[in-house]
Amino acid sequence: MKIIKFIREKTLQVFSVLIIAYLMLPLAVIILLSFNKPKGRQNTSWNEFSLDAWTNICRDQTICSSFATSIKIGLLVTIISTIVGTMISFALVRHRYKGRGATSLLIFLPLATPEVILGASLLALFLNIFIPLGFWTILLAQITFTISFVVVVVNARLAGMDPRLEQAAMDLYATPLQTFRYVTFPIALPGIMAAALLSFSLSFDDFIVTTFNSGRVVTFPIYIWGAAQRGIPPQVNVIASLMFLGSLLLVLVASVISKRRKALHA
Amino acid sequence: MSIAQESIITKPVKRRFKRTPYLLILPGIGWLFLFFVFPLSTLLATSLQKPAGISPDDGYLPAFKVSNYSSALAEYFPQFFRAFLYAGIATVICLLLAYPIAYYMAFRARKYRNLMLVLIVAPFFASFLLRTNAWKTILSGDGFVVSVLNSINLLPQDRILNTSLAVVAGLTYNFLPFMILPLYTSLEKIDPRLIEAAGDLYSPPSQRFWKVVWPLSLPGVISGTLLTFIPASGDYINAELLGSIKDKMIGNVIQSQFIDLRDYPTASALSFTFMAIILVMIYLYIRKAGTDDLV
Repeated sequence: MKIIKFIREKTLQVFSVLIIAYLMLPLAVIILLSFNKPKGRQNTSWNEFSLDAWTNICRDQTICSSFATSIKIGLLVTIISTIVGTMISFALVRHRYKGRGATSLLIFLPLATPEVILGASLLALFLNIFIPLGFWTILLAQITFTISFVVVVVNARLAGMDPRLEQAAMDLYATPLQTFRYVTFPIALPGIMAAALLSFSLSFDDFIVTTFNSGRVVTFPIYIWGAAQRGIPPQVNVIASLMFLGSLLLVLVASVISKRRKALHA
Repeated sequence: MSIAQESIITKPVKRRFKRTPYLLILPGIGWLFLFFVFPLSTLLATSLQKPAGISPDDGYLPAFKVSNYSSALAEYFPQFFRAFLYAGIATVICLLLAYPIAYYMAFRARKYRNLMLVLIVAPFFASFLLRTNAWKTILSGDGFVVSVLNSINLLPQDRILNTSLAVVAGLTYNFLPFMILPLYTSLEKIDPRLIEAAGDLYSPPSQRFWKVVWPLSLPGVISGTLLTFIPASGDYINAELLGSIKDKMIGNVIQSQFIDLRDYPTASALSFTFMAIILVMIYLYIRKAGTDDLV
């Protein structure tokens, strides 16, 4: 019996490691090919080691300007949709009001809508009322689908919160505003941060909705899509590698800091 | 807290803040009406328009041409079918791959749990398009995967790239994290003592799983399958990059009708039909899963 249990546990462990490896495989290829000196235009097979792409990321101006555009849009989208979505989430979890069911249905619907349809319907709107496509239409479109994700993530955090903490604050004569400022908000903060991070990554990486409403503005994904036909330069791999490794580093540093803090308090 | 106390404390607060929830939802709901509900109704109106001339440049006139729907459906039925088939297969594979790892993370991983979570989320920051393109390299004819599979005669077409297999594999890869994360969240909430209790009452491992763990993880299964199936069925990137012309899905049709052919009424009719099918499927699925949950 013990052997069977041991085998079962090990199988689960090995399987999990294999899944992680499967998820990492394309990233390994992307990082590897960032050090490649492609033979022709297509950077798809290994040719020769080179640091050219790493030392000269902005050789093609469009790569860096499209990257900057995506960061700019990502930040604006994150700020607006995090604020608006968090407000809805507080209303949904903290209040019982007429139309609450309708609110959550309206939040759910964008999640149930395939991206092509979201993009297409906004395009139909912009075309019909003659709004020129560009930076602002991308922003409008992306905020529309990130709001719902923010609500879902913040809801999960707020729903797991002990309501007695707020009641205790009220019992100790805290005003509603003080209760929010010193109790509710700090508890909700990790959820809000997670929601912000998610909406940034959704916005930064979005191609489908954006391509419908971008006009002539080139975001980073749109640049990659255009380049895919004639060959993606290794510089793009460099930026993707940096984004990936940077996000890993950020999370690791954050977890080390929070562990230290916990150790200090203990 | 006694009832009397509660009424003393909460009543004035409630009365003073009755407007609060509406003020809180106003910006977001207003936004969604302007840029979600209203565009969808424009899409509905567009789907019934008729062409003003021969070329798309002439524009379209308001009309009530219901035949846009029947002709679009008749012409693009295979792409509809393929979208739901590919997305369905990918969703089932994702569930089978995601459940064990989510289970491992929730109950066994201990100190490696956070590292695994980070590794699952971090690929989002390296472009989706670039990762799909990287699969092109991995699955290419002179690559390692194809030569191994070919040497044991496992590939009927001698290749993976430009087949439906590659499209399903791409969809599976791209949407797997969307299955793992909700599954993990719901599994992690399960009190491990419940499983121990079942064991103490002599329930064998398989029963412990199907009678305790699986029912409690159903919310995660439902949201995971929806978060995988919906974007996968509407996706056109994987079919475009990894598939052949015979693998085009409905997303590809809607995209090219809108962007390249500028046949807005047909594209809108297709979008609307697609959306309606998805919503009916979600409704049936949630109702079915909901009743299963009650039993």
